[in-house]
Amino acid sequence: MSAKLELLSQNLVKHLGDRIVEMQVALGEITVDIDVAAYLETMLQLRDEPELGFEQLIDLCGVDYSSYADGRWSGKRFAVVTHLTSIANNWRLRVRCFASDDDFPSVPSVVSIWNSANWFEREAFDLFGIVFPGHADLRRILTDYGFVGHPFRKDFPVVGYVEMRYDPEQRRVVYQPVTIEPREITPRIVREASYGDVDNG
Amino acid sequence: MADIQNYTLNFGPQHPAAHGVLRMVLELDGEVVQRADPHIGLLHRATEKLAETKTWIQSVPYMDRLDYMSMMVSEHAYCMAIERMIGVDVPIRAQYIRVMFDEITRILNHLLWVGAHGLDVGAMTMVLYAFREREDLVDCYEAVSGARMHAAYFRPGGVYRDLPDTMPKYRESKWKSAAEVKKLNEVRSGTFLDFLQDFVSRFPKIVDEYETLLTDNRIWKQRLVNVGVVSPERALQLGFTGPMLRGSGIAWDLRKKQSYEVYDRLDFDIPVGVTGDCYDRYLVRIEEMRQSNRILQQCIDWLRVNPGPVISDNHKVASPPRASMKSNMEELIHHFKLCTEGMHVPEGHVYSAVEHPKGEFGIYAISDGANKPYRLKIRSPGYVHLSAMDELVRGHMIADVVTMVGTIDIVFGEIDR
Repeated sequence: MSAKLELLSQNLVKHLGDRIVEMQVALGEITVDIDVAAYLETMLQLRDEPELGFEQLIDLCGVDYSSYADGRWSGKRFAVVTHLTSIANNWRLRVRCFASDDDFPSVPSVVSIWNSANWFEREAFDLFGIVFPGHADLRRILTDYGFVGHPFRKDFPVVGYVEMRYDPEQRRVVYQPVTIEPREITPRIVREASYGDVDNG
Repeated sequence: MADIQNYTLNFGPQHPAAHGVLRMVLELDGEVVQRADPHIGLLHRATEKLAETKTWIQSVPYMDRLDYMSMMVSEHAYCMAIERMIGVDVPIRAQYIRVMFDEITRILNHLLWVGAHGLDVGAMTMVLYAFREREDLVDCYEAVSGARMHAAYFRPGGVYRDLPDTMPKYRESKWKSAAEVKKLNEVRSGTFLDFLQDFVSRFPKIVDEYETLLTDNRIWKQRLVNVGVVSPERALQLGFTGPMLRGSGIAWDLRKKQSYEVYDRLDFDIPVGVTGDCYDRYLVRIEEMRQSNRILQQCIDWLRVNPGPVISDNHKVASPPRASMKSNMEELIHHFKLCTEGMHVPEGHVYSAVEHPKGEFGIYAISDGANKPYRLKIRSPGYVHLSAMDELVRGHMIADVVTMVGTIDIVFGEIDR
């Protein structure tokens, strides 16, 4: 671990204390898991505390863990992952917050802390159905007007449920159930950790 | 007195200044914009979801199609994410080639930007000149990858192949006479690096020409100076990166601050703006082209004298050379496994960011150990910049909306993904 990461992790422990549910250091990056109840105040502190100094929110996205590692996942289903950058201290941090309810995932909005979260939260709502209380304008953003469902959830098929075509009789565009079959060319495989090792035979 | 109400206007998605498929609902008070609501997603292809159904390597060409004006830089971020998770080292020559193509791409992108921005604001000639220079750089793409836009040249572990010793040449046809062909092929007689060197030595003068057309042009300044001013604090709040952030006076460039590949060995400067208006962002981008040209010169000089491998010899990640594949059983097996099942990326997650011509382009990848990504999130700079559109245009005249669309440097492939 580089000196910079070491310093950041010390500062995190010092200022966030036991609000950190878990801290991972891997591949030169720090990930902290924050409980949803303490999420908003932690984020505010991450921005305002000069020893942390994350003045920029670079990315925010939803993750659906339901089929992770072919069902080995035992935690909550939906998470909101935020990437923060400190221009002043030149370091980055990843904050992960799991929504407590799998059927109605909800995580407080950080738009008031970083305005750049606005469209990212709309996107996570649109694609994953994660609700952000406190967001002033939580509309769909990427999918079509009147779209039903949340397409990036793992139980949503890649081909979707409806397709669009021009109907010459009605002389307008109509929706109809999909007519294509989903197909998988290369199957998804999770190998055991030692697979292919030379000493393993 | 008549009751005057706000007027709502629909802008795009088929407007020539909408740079693709931007639809904006503008609320106007006379000619002054009160509110802008961009509607995006008309080009949404769910690249991230598609990537979940493809092996890691199969998604490389998708990255070209995100920002189809700066193709290889997006590939770079994606390949870097995979390399960091697996822990592959990229040969030094491949790193130089990558940096060289990143900078070629930056010039390509900024050339298109200056052309399109000029066109939007009324300087018709710019686009014609910019495309003249783009032609040479697109030829560089073609020479190494065979494709003029969607190259898929960067691969996890390095680049697809070494720089070619010959350039493709023009042939005589009923449209091109022998004399014309001879003249066109003059700069193409040497190696790839000779061809690029010719461009690099011509380019600073070309940028001077652009500047004589625009920098002191009265109309250009009237349209750009003090339009869309963003303070440094707001720029940070709004998540601006790249030239949009540097235009507001913050010297933040990932190539310098969080250096990747060989950028720390190269000598270049970061231009910053003062007032944070559209004109400053224009000056920043023009200067970036000059700096990219400097980097190109250094890369050419290094690549001329330092031969070596251009892709990792870890055959769990990169295909073995074709010759040894045909004579060696083990390498045949490697190739077969790689092309059928694909590489396995260890469990974990990584965020890799590069300095894209438009800002910070990041790939957040989650792997559960399979041969396909579990989740891929593409952090595109244009998406964040466009989300600030409302704040940028509020209180400006309707004609300035077009200037603002231009200054953000919008490409819908990356915004809608």
